[in-house]
Amino acid sequence: MIRYLLIRLLDAVPTVLLVLTLVFIAMRILPGDPAISALGDMATAEQLQVFRDKMGLNDPLWQQYFSFLGKMLTLDFGKSLMNGREVVDLIAFNLPYTIELTLAAVFMGIFVGVPFGVWAATNPNRTPDAAMRGFSLIGYAVPDFYLGALLLITFSLNLGWFPINGGGEGLIDRLYHVFLPALTLAFIKAAFLGRLTRTALLEVLGKDYVRTARAKGAREPRVVYRHGLRNALLPITTGLGLSTLAALSGSVAVEMVFNRPGIGKLLISAIAERDYAVIQAGVTVFAMFVVAINLLMDLVYVLVDPRIRVK
Amino acid sequence: MTEPVDPATTETMEPVPPPVSVVSTLIHVIFSRPATIVAVAIIVAFIFLAVFAPWIAPYDPVQQSILATNLSPTADHLVGTDQFGRDVLSRLIYGSRNSLIFGLVSPVLAAFFGTILGVTAGYFGGIPDRLISRVIDLLLAFPELLLAILIAAALGGGFWNIVAVLTVAFIPGFARVARATTLAVKQEPYVEAAVAVGLRTPMIIFRHVIPNIAAPIVVLITLWVASAIRLEASLSFLGMGTQAPNPSWGNIIRDGLNNLFGSPWPIVGAGLLITLIVLSFNLVGDALRDALDPDTSK
Repeated sequence: MIRYLLIRLLDAVPTVLLVLTLVFIAMRILPGDPAISALGDMATAEQLQVFRDKMGLNDPLWQQYFSFLGKMLTLDFGKSLMNGREVVDLIAFNLPYTIELTLAAVFMGIFVGVPFGVWAATNPNRTPDAAMRGFSLIGYAVPDFYLGALLLITFSLNLGWFPINGGGEGLIDRLYHVFLPALTLAFIKAAFLGRLTRTALLEVLGKDYVRTARAKGAREPRVVYRHGLRNALLPITTGLGLSTLAALSGSVAVEMVFNRPGIGKLLISAIAERDYAVIQAGVTVFAMFVVAINLLMDLVYVLVDPRIRVK
Repeated sequence: MTEPVDPATTETMEPVPPPVSVVSTLIHVIFSRPATIVAVAIIVAFIFLAVFAPWIAPYDPVQQSILATNLSPTADHLVGTDQFGRDVLSRLIYGSRNSLIFGLVSPVLAAFFGTILGVTAGYFGGIPDRLISRVIDLLLAFPELLLAILIAAALGGGFWNIVAVLTVAFIPGFARVARATTLAVKQEPYVEAAVAVGLRTPMIIFRHVIPNIAAPIVVLITLWVASAIRLEASLSFLGMGTQAPNPSWGNIIRDGLNNLFGSPWPIVGAGLLITLIVLSFNLVGDALRDALDPDTSK
């Protein structure tokens, strides 16, 4: 078990390096001159020169690369070009909001999606199953920012039940603020997880051991949950990882709709303002999150299916 | 049977179904499910709107009018007007052009490059395979929207940049499917036979491998048209796609959010259209997948 964990952790090292290298390539080589993109076309040659010296853009590329790696790994993101604040402080302020939104969305998605999927799978080709199919079709098609805007217009603007913007202060207020944004993402997650649960469970319920369980007189809930759902957990876990990632990327648009603080909103504003240091940090943080979630999913697999440890 | 086997003869002996049957399966698939018929009708209407937008739209989509801002739907303005007094219906109709162009161009380009990468990795194996697979695995770990945002952050907006962003975001998916199917096809007797009779590698790849991995790739294109339309809308919504004042369904919703107290109609209209079109392409894509490629699922 511990050996497996170590192997997975070691395996993540080249991935992290590769991700950082891609970020470096994207930030330094693709957009042409970062000095111009940061200071704008109006900047004088002198200003550009000062900026390049300060950012180390005059150093040889390999030197820039290693200094970039060193800085990213020690969380030295530099200062925002717009307001001069330490980028690491900006990240530290915004990160909890994004994490809380993503987690809330995933939990709500599981809470609705998995039981819905079980309900559909235990009533195949009947009303619950048809409802599941309709729900998942809409969930796959509706854009998160549209759903968010509709919820905002209906429940915040017209009914006044929820706040229109912000992240809230204190636990209760924050939960109150996160509810609608999380519901937006959770709707789409629930459609995905529900469909997945239905498919996985239907397959398992057709297996011999389920028939055996029924034959020896096990009650239906026990058959479905002990024998069925437990064995369907592996594909559901995969789906859970995918929907956590999707919730993370969906959080960007949802933070914009609800005007909530968060890494996504920080990154999008930085792109609009060409705040080079913040863009670089935001992109790196998101990329690291993706790597971390994938790693975490690998670990959850081991808990769900002990056979993987042996491989 | 003393003569050497002519490659042309082995070709005709292969049990490859002629292309006609694909078309007839297609027609069968479309007309066997009522939902798919409706979906196809919606897609046809959507393409018609996009192509003939200048003739269908009642107003100029960027024409502002201070006297007619934030109107609710009326007979003159069927979906009302926005905060600049622009006719929302006309903007929605013109916006369909962006969705159609990005929806078609990016998946097709991604299919092209992804197939090249996937077939190279799958057919030749070894170091190219290791390199390509590693990068594909890494990129696949990223949700497409996040990948698109990250690339757009570096590239900025503009038509070709959006096309590039969406294409790069889609390439890994195509490359993975192309690689997997190439690995399978490579084991088939007809490829072994082609190698045995001394056919050149490019010939084998173009005549025997690519035609036989085409079905899953085509299915994937259909499914990803929907993703491309949604992604373009998301990017435009975030201000990184189609730029104002040009209408796109995404930036119509963006403008609408800045005008929440003015009029909800632009948001409602644009969102409904995106949902409807994405839903239709998903339905047709699913039906195609069931018909052409029952083994693979996304």
